Amino acid sequence: MDKETIKAERTQEWRLDLRKQIKAKERTAGIRAKMTERDPNVRNKNSDEVNMGLARELAVAEAQRCLDCANPTCINGCPVGINIPKFIKKIEVEDFLGAAKVLKETNTLPAVCGRVCPQEKQCEAQCFYTLSLKKDPVAIGFLERFAADFEQNSGEMSIPEVAEPNGLKIATIGSGPAGLAFAADMVRFGYDVTVFEALHEIGGVLKYGIPEFRLPNTVVDVEIDNLRKMGVKFVKNFIVGRTASFDDLRKDGYQGFFVASGAGLPNFMDIPGENSIGIFSSNEYLTRVNLMNAAKEDYDTPVFSGKSVAVIGGGNTAMDAVRTAKRLGAEHARIIYRRSLTEMPARVEEVKHAQEEGIEFLNLNNPLEYFADKDGRVKSMKLQKMELGEPDSSGRRRPVPIEGSEYELETDTVVVSVGVSPNPLIPQSLKDLEVTRWGTIVVDKESMQSSIEDIFAGGDIVRGGATVILAMGDGRTAAAGMHEYVQNKNK
Amino acid sequence: MSKIIEKEFFSENVARFEIDAPEIAKSRKAGHFVIIRIDEKGERIPLTIAGSNPEKGTITLIVQKVGVSSAKLLALNEGDDILDVVGPLGKATHIDKVGTVLAAGGGVGIAPLLPIVRAFKEAGNRVITVLAARNKDLIILEEQMRKYSDEVIVMTDDGSSGRKGLVTHGMEEVIGREDVNLSVAIGPAVMMKYAALTTKKYNIETLASLNTIMVDGTGMCGACRVTVGGKTKFVCVDGPEFDAHQVDFDEMLLRLNAYKQEEVDAYERFLK
Ligand SMILES: Cc1cc2nc3c(=O)[nH]c(=O)nc-3n(C[C@H](O)[C@H](O)[C@H](O)COP(=O)(O)OP(=O)(O)OC[C@H]3O[C@@H](n4cnc5c(N)ncnc54)[C@H](O)[C@@H]3O)c2cc1C
Ligand SMILES: Cc1cc2nc3c(=O)[nH]c(=O)nc-3n(C[C@H](O)[C@H](O)[C@H](O)COP(=O)(O)OP(=O)(O)OC[C@H]3O[C@@H](n4cnc5c(N)ncnc54)[C@H](O)[C@@H]3O)c2cc1C
Ligand code: SF4
Ligand code: SF4
Ligand code: FES
Repeated sequence: MDKETIKAERTQEWRLDLRKQIKAKERTAGIRAKMTERDPNVRNKNSDEVNMGLARELAVAEAQRCLDCANPTCINGCPVGINIPKFIKKIEVEDFLGAAKVLKETNTLPAVCGRVCPQEKQCEAQCFYTLSLKKDPVAIGFLERFAADFEQNSGEMSIPEVAEPNGLKIATIGSGPAGLAFAADMVRFGYDVTVFEALHEIGGVLKYGIPEFRLPNTVVDVEIDNLRKMGVKFVKNFIVGRTASFDDLRKDGYQGFFVASGAGLPNFMDIPGENSIGIFSSNEYLTRVNLMNAAKEDYDTPVFSGKSVAVIGGGNTAMDAVRTAKRLGAEHARIIYRRSLTEMPARVEEVKHAQEEGIEFLNLNNPLEYFADKDGRVKSMKLQKMELGEPDSSGRRRPVPIEGSEYELETDTVVVSVGVSPNPLIPQSLKDLEVTRWGTIVVDKESMQSSIEDIFAGGDIVRGGATVILAMGDGRTAAAGMHEYVQNKNK
Repeated sequence: MSKIIEKEFFSENVARFEIDAPEIAKSRKAGHFVIIRIDEKGERIPLTIAGSNPEKGTITLIVQKVGVSSAKLLALNEGDDILDVVGPLGKATHIDKVGTVLAAGGGVGIAPLLPIVRAFKEAGNRVITVLAARNKDLIILEEQMRKYSDEVIVMTDDGSSGRKGLVTHGMEEVIGREDVNLSVAIGPAVMMKYAALTTKKYNIETLASLNTIMVDGTGMCGACRVTVGGKTKFVCVDGPEFDAHQVDFDEMLLRLNAYKQEEVDAYERFLK
């Protein structure tokens, strides 16, 4: 959204009035709303959502804190450029459906982002409260979730308007947040959009990775259903490059491709004993539980519900895995991370929730080797203690092993969560595609176009592992780029 | 959804299915497999594409009953649907004219071997096939194998068909009498292990098609990992075929038993 529009909207009558109603001083005197959360000792035994959302009054009060700034810096922090003050002011006047509509002008999955965005590093980090008042920022994420949930529960979902169909076929490869955001914009421009997904569920990581207690599947499904109503077609169990090649699809009339195939390939540490039974990648562990419902008695897929589970890593994925282990009944659910708590890449909220739920944190510890019993099942691991040295290229202090500090820890299940690499299926099937040495697809930053002119790419397959909202931002940039490319081609 | 067009029992526990999957029928090559999920509560299981009919839009699967999912599949009939079928997965077999190919198939490994035998034959190789199983009933596809092989040797543990003995006996015999340029072994992990040890003695390049436990089949989970030449590989995207002399079969054998208890429990629940 351009600055002029944002300004013009801010000077609309209702916004002017609203600003006059409460003095800025009074607004800034309010304290940030707290999210209602389920009791940690109850929620760590089931898959109910931890955050319960804001009550209506709390949401309105929180909306009043927003100053409707002349220069809304918060918007700069949002990768999809949501008109934040506009939607918040709609909440203040209790036009919740209107607020949801504003969100959907730029964000296809507001109910998802309101839950999983690292707001503290994005929009909220750029809020006037954070930047100038040194106070707690407006709870933009909570409010986003509130408006989106209100709409979902109202039964009056607004379907964004779409242009006259232009009959031009476009394919999206992968149904994660990047693919969904791209599909939404393209269908709005009037294209005939088909989303191909390799798995048997639509949603990518939102479905197979992020657990129910953080992002219920029903929330994702409502948003996907909305896309369907806008005219997006979904084809499951279809691997582009395998089930059909790009050339096959070109022959079928597809004029452009958006590769949003994600960062699928799990990394391991390549240490002795790592292929023992009971050692999983976090992808496998979470997929078994989230996609295959392994923890439910009447589903066929099995999973180990270990008594003593060690999760290696400190990111969101590690937190999701360890909290899942706790919910499956682990007596000890431990995080093993080679740096200290402050360097953890996981969201602050997730770490806090994990601590409340009784997760044990073994920070400054690094696994060196696993030991298995005679059946090949992991029974213990050798750990080494670490200390922090000089900052490395990422700006975080580098972990340095302490010689002679090795010790053994019993464990019956290990989840390795040390990052992922780009899924190799697409690069394998396209010899001319330019990729980096890490296997990510090279694109032009402005348009997201790859080295093959009708193929665009975005999300984790380009960034190598990022966030939902960055993936969605890429999807939108690519849609704009693809629109221009296809229009020029068909002139 | 894929409809079962035809079903035929080879024996009580082995059946052939022809299922509707037009895109896969067109794009698949020898060595590829699919992942199927029978119903909403089912697990995802890998099955080799034993053949296809692109005109009709069907693929052939040959399935042996070993546990819940395979039993559920065998209980389906013509006209029933399989909820999810995705593929073709894995790398296709590298087919070349090499001279003489010794193909060794054990039990249900005979099914995935068939398209490979056929492809090598059609590429102009001399193909000698050794089929082995516990008894006569478990020797499947003998007729089709004869069609695409210059010679077929059948070995059974109990001598109920062909000769009494193990697959490796049949292999040794062939190696003893002629020059073999390449060997392909597919079957239970133990059988592949010994087949590999046999050809290693004679320095014959050997491919094994590994049947590890899988979940997604797209390289996303790592459940299918094996050690090949000291490195961790994912069978679904790096394989399923590997240089048999480099595979750590002992590790693979252990990993195949990862869910032994869960599988037994599940099967008992299923029978109830
Ligand atoms: C456990 C976990 C927790 C996370 N938590 C958060 C969080 O709290 N907040 C946050 O912002 N981010 C989080 N992330 C990161 C975020 O989920 C990803 O950055 C984001 O999902 C990337 O989106 P994407 O669309 O690029 O790919 P994905 O979501 O990975 O989707 C890619 C899809 O493409 C499909 N696909 C691949 N190849 C093909 C093909 N050839 N044909 C058809 N389909 C194909 C895949 O099956 C997959 O469904 C988390 C990630 C994980 C794993
Ligand atoms: C690439 C590939 C191709 C395959 N092709 C075929 C095929 O064409 N026809 C066919 O019948 N089977 C094939 N398999 C094996 C098939 O996937 C398994 O038999 C099936 O998953 C077992 O599921 P289940 O629920 O019936 O048995 P489970 O209850 O899961 O297992 C029962 C028993 O079978 C063993 N087992 C489990 N998984 C496998 C496995 N993947 N391979 C071998 N033994 C296993 C277990 O150790 C256990 O003892 C293939 C496997 C792979 C990886
Ligand atoms: S999408 Fe994310 S970054 Fe943008 S406003 Fe919402 S929570 Fe903030
Ligand atoms: S910067 Fe903060 S206070 Fe200002 S408009 Fe944005 S959310 Fe409201
Ligand atoms: S089956 Fe999941 S990576 Fe191979």
